[in-house]
Amino acid sequence: MTKRTKPTSHNVVPMKARFAIPRQDMPEQNPTKRAGNFLEVNLGLTADQAVIEAQRCIECGNPTCMEGCPVSIKIPDFIQLICNRDFAKAAAKIKEDNSLPAVCGRVCPQETQCEEVCVVGKRFEPVAIGRLERFVADYERLHPEEMSTESVVAESTGKNVAIVGSGPAGLATAADLIKAGHAVTVFEALHEFGGVLVYGIPEFRLPKEILRKEVAALESLGVKFIKNFIVGRTQTVHELLNEEGFDAMFLGLGAGLPRFMNIPGENLNGVYSANEFLTRSNLMRGYEFPDYDTPLYRAEHAITVGGGNTAMDAVRTSKRLGANHATIVYRRSEEEMPARNEEIHHAKDEGVHVMTLINPIEFIGDENGFVKSARCLKMALGEPDDSGRRRPIPIEGSEFEIPADMVVIAVGNGSNPLISQTTPEISTNKWGNVVTDEIGRTSMKGVFAGGDIVTGGATVILAMGAGRAAAEGINEYLKTGEWV
Amino acid sequence: MYKIIKAEFIATGVKSFKIEAPLIAKKREAGQFIMLRVHDRGERIPITIADSNPEEGWIQIIVQSIGKTSMHLNTLETGDALHDLVGPLGRPTHVDNWGTLVCISGGVGTAEALPIASAGRKAGNKVYSIIGARNKDLLIAEKEMSLVTDGVFVSTDDGSYGRKGLVTDVLNDMMKDGLVPNMVVAIGPLPMMAAVSNQTKLLDIPCMVSLNAIMVDGTGMCGACRATVDGKTVFVCVDGPEFDGHKVDFKELGTRQRMYKKQEAESTKCYLERMADEAAKGGN
Repeated sequence: MTKRTKPTSHNVVPMKARFAIPRQDMPEQNPTKRAGNFLEVNLGLTADQAVIEAQRCIECGNPTCMEGCPVSIKIPDFIQLICNRDFAKAAAKIKEDNSLPAVCGRVCPQETQCEEVCVVGKRFEPVAIGRLERFVADYERLHPEEMSTESVVAESTGKNVAIVGSGPAGLATAADLIKAGHAVTVFEALHEFGGVLVYGIPEFRLPKEILRKEVAALESLGVKFIKNFIVGRTQTVHELLNEEGFDAMFLGLGAGLPRFMNIPGENLNGVYSANEFLTRSNLMRGYEFPDYDTPLYRAEHAITVGGGNTAMDAVRTSKRLGANHATIVYRRSEEEMPARNEEIHHAKDEGVHVMTLINPIEFIGDENGFVKSARCLKMALGEPDDSGRRRPIPIEGSEFEIPADMVVIAVGNGSNPLISQTTPEISTNKWGNVVTDEIGRTSMKGVFAGGDIVTGGATVILAMGAGRAAAEGINEYLKTGEWV
Repeated sequence: MYKIIKAEFIATGVKSFKIEAPLIAKKREAGQFIMLRVHDRGERIPITIADSNPEEGWIQIIVQSIGKTSMHLNTLETGDALHDLVGPLGRPTHVDNWGTLVCISGGVGTAEALPIASAGRKAGNKVYSIIGARNKDLLIAEKEMSLVTDGVFVSTDDGSYGRKGLVTDVLNDMMKDGLVPNMVVAIGPLPMMAAVSNQTKLLDIPCMVSLNAIMVDGTGMCGACRATVDGKTVFVCVDGPEFDGHKVDFKELGTRQRMYKKQEAESTKCYLERMADEAAKGGN
């Protein structure tokens, strides 16, 4: 990470007056209209709004916001550049630390990161750092002619690094390593790059065009991208390191194994894992069937089981596919939902029903083997569990049935077993996650890992943070060759 | 893009493709499959690898025209290319020296049984093949099979070639003649595999089947291909595709295979209409 000195202030608003400026609202597509299309919900701040929002920053001596950011973006610096309407420079400033600002500005949970620790937020609403990040990233994309063409890539080191997986962890690692002067090749199992950003996050939250542009930007820096390549199957870790001339490797495989509930009826037709449902919709564009070949159900009563962001993505997708009743079924209360508040609100605005404190115990099918209803139990909250959230306890005799001609199970992901199956010397823990030290080193020399494959399902930005930490570790390893 | 080195029809509606794929050819073992997409709006479909040549760098797949994607795929010619191809996927076939191995296959399953028969013979087994087809025109790979086995028996539904009847009838005849297999491998349409599994279960002969489930990614990420084996949910793509036929819930798998029947019919209809339109325009 580059050293930082306090930025020049460009904020013309007197300090006291800044507190009086209201936090700028995100313009969004009308809820009724958007519930019937896949276009992006949030439309982005205008330039004037961005400047006004930036002027709410009080330029703390000790900017805690940066500590709240897993990739340590120089937040105060880019905010001052926005105050000065120097949007291109603001974008470049973010890019010093974050290779995917247009993505992070859209999908990061800022309210629990930078914005949670924003000093303004102690008494007022925090500065809308996420919205500002998104604004400058979009500005950069729309005004390429204003961007500096100065090369950010260091002189070639002659070293070769293989990155496995093109999701957030892999892309962040690739960005740092290419800038450090290494040759970088990214291997992707699917036919498009982006990992969960392309198969998991819907178009209405992250337009795929934006992702393609971010990948193209890395390509223009010299990163080589290879699709349809499964490390472990097409070629093994050993072959890549020993025969193909890679000096180091980063595994950013993600948490690619859907969990089911292990209840009767789960294999009925119309019951999907969230991964399958979202992949059919996002990666395969099933919502444009039959223009695209991959089919996808259009249900009347679509229920999604779970309370995370993935569950919100799934239920909102089912709504857009025409479900009159798109319902979240969650076993705790809304307070315990892991999803971002913004996502829950967006879902509700679009007409999604949220049923809390209930849990399905069986799915019931019709005579053709298609799901038609879910038998559920009511739950009560007991003492906090390991996660600190109150444990849901079934209420005996509270069984009831709700209609469901489609069910999406969004209760989390395990880790994909492919690499550990084919490369036993890479140690995993009892959940199948790859074990690493704090700089991402696995038990196999030259092989690093980071993101969901290490932590289990987490956020885009944490995966990127892990990728950046591993990139530093890889730089060090390639310099010294030491592995102790 | 993945170049088609050679495309040729080998039976009515059944086409063989040799595709340039040097890395997959080098790695691939019997029983494994690839996922492919024909075009940039295409679906991902799994197809078992029938043959490969690591020296020449190609793999072979056999495709029967059934729905939109397979029909479209079968219009491709030598020199054309697939949009996407990834593999090899799935666990390779476990081949042992069982004694006598009988490979029972139907439809394009015969092309997929071929490498297993061949590997079985290399492992020291006496290998027999039973091939089932609806009629003579749909029969494939009989000659190839005869080269790697100790005997080939054919049955057709209509009696147009070989014995009239089903593959299970042929197995019964064989047993009556005193030929008792130590191992049966069944590959083909689901009802055939279910029937052979049933029959061998009664006879107490182990039976391995290669399941064909609907898949999306093919790498264990989505769970579309789940099936119930021995009362437990498995993912055919990463846990299989081969399983103990005596333990497979064929009824559930059959239902799951029909999940998109309506959509598949719609997709095929749209495709055929578009083809007809284009042909009409071309004729002007």
